[in-house]
Amino acid sequence: MPNNRTPTIVGAALSDYPRAPHLSERQHHAQALTRALASAGLSIKDIDGYMAASMGAESAISLAEYFRIDHKVVGGVGIGGAIFEWMVQQASAQILAGQAETIAITYGSDLLTRSGRTLGTAGFYREGDTISTSVMFEAPYGSTIVGAYAMAARRHMHEFGTTPEQLAEIAVTCREHAALNPNAMYRKPITVDDVLGSRVVADPLHVLDCCVISDGGGAIILTTAERARDLPVKPVYVLAAEGTQTHWNISEMPDFTVAPSAYCGPRAFAKAGLKPSDVDTLQLYDSFTITVLLMLEGLGFCGRGEGGSFAASGALRLGGEFPLNTDGGGLSACHSGMRGMHILVEAVRQLRGEAGAAQVPDARIALACGSGGFLSGHAAVILGTELP
Amino acid sequence: MDQMLEVPADLTALPTPDVSGEWKPFWDAAAAGRLLIQNCSVCGRRQFYPRAICTACGAEPEWLEASGRGSLYTFSIVRQNLVRPFKDMLPYVLAMVDLEEGVRMLTNIVGCDLEEVKIGMPLEVTFVRAGEALHLPYWRPAAQISDSRER
Repeated sequence: MPNNRTPTIVGAALSDYPRAPHLSERQHHAQALTRALASAGLSIKDIDGYMAASMGAESAISLAEYFRIDHKVVGGVGIGGAIFEWMVQQASAQILAGQAETIAITYGSDLLTRSGRTLGTAGFYREGDTISTSVMFEAPYGSTIVGAYAMAARRHMHEFGTTPEQLAEIAVTCREHAALNPNAMYRKPITVDDVLGSRVVADPLHVLDCCVISDGGGAIILTTAERARDLPVKPVYVLAAEGTQTHWNISEMPDFTVAPSAYCGPRAFAKAGLKPSDVDTLQLYDSFTITVLLMLEGLGFCGRGEGGSFAASGALRLGGEFPLNTDGGGLSACHSGMRGMHILVEAVRQLRGEAGAAQVPDARIALACGSGGFLSGHAAVILGTELP
Repeated sequence: MDQMLEVPADLTALPTPDVSGEWKPFWDAAAAGRLLIQNCSVCGRRQFYPRAICTACGAEPEWLEASGRGSLYTFSIVRQNLVRPFKDMLPYVLAMVDLEEGVRMLTNIVGCDLEEVKIGMPLEVTFVRAGEALHLPYWRPAAQISDSRER
């Protein structure tokens, strides 16, 4: 039963990456929004709902003022890099309910320019900090982001015999795809041995198991299927958008081998009336190789504990059954702190047939799954080229 | 190349928990060498970190002194941390400990060689003074001769 209000992505664009010293955080938002509007054939006056997230200080409300978007709905919640998938969920519900007609979601980050570093391995807390939140039970022990994910990787290896080589295959695959993306931060091919021979940041994760740090932003614009029919773009329909958060601090993760996607993934497929084998391309938030492995299991692309052999099977390569991160991913192309936006834009590019050398032939169904915090919150968005 | 994992000589530079708030009872006990978790007398749920409500049933939990024994659930040898004081402590072992009582906490493993750290190894808690009113629980390999396991 086609619904005229089916949430439909009509605009999707990225701002300049991976290095954009000429853009402030706010300018990333502005450039991406301008490009997304142009790609949709819309004007900023068509936008009546707005959501945004930044790595730095720019809030959704101040950005709405900057753009002079008179909004009926506005949103910005904190779940790290998965925030944009959660926003698609919110925006879709609001469009379906008639609370807004056309919602823009924007992201901006000048993380590389601001930090000057291409790898984010600092702990959050340092000498002189006094902590009054629950992080006080972690911070004195030097908990780092990489260390948190490394503990999940170690446990997976212990329980299922997963190997560093299998994790490395994910990084190798993303680099293969990055070679096809002229904007990717790193394009030179790498091997499993290169990954294993790279510096250990937090054992068992090497520097090549970790995403890069770049600049970059993006924007997507959602409207109704009815409105989309009048626009000069190939519509991309939101078939499902489901999220789950199981914890925030890594020490609160209930089972270090079960990611939140194990809960929101099946819900998303049920809502879309699809199964994993229906998916033509996977855009998964690859903050670390282990993030992808846990998502593959959680989303049902392989069984629990089988992520290692699945990652090494070739299924994730272009030409395989589920081409992964066709822009090169956060591991090789672009990661400005909250990559959830970039995976949505890449999924849309694939479904519009705009992915160039990395195009998956006849891509009709794409899955983008964001990850936030410390494997804390995952959110899966299933997009398709046909009305549900 | 054995690397001995030791408690850092100077803990006063660590990021510091505010010991005066909601979790004062935990830190007060730690200063006295006691490790507190929570027990719900209504539903039996054990939990850590401490909270005002039982996350299973919503009742008000009670404090429970843990035995201080546990085992290693998972760990990472951290070899890069750019901020002080941790950059001067590398490498150190970030770890999750399963307590006998069924809760889990994050810590550092100390008192053994790096190569000895293995998932499942028996551990015991040890408190180290880290400031005026702050004693931090660390975990080290459980003493080889221990009657506790026979109880």
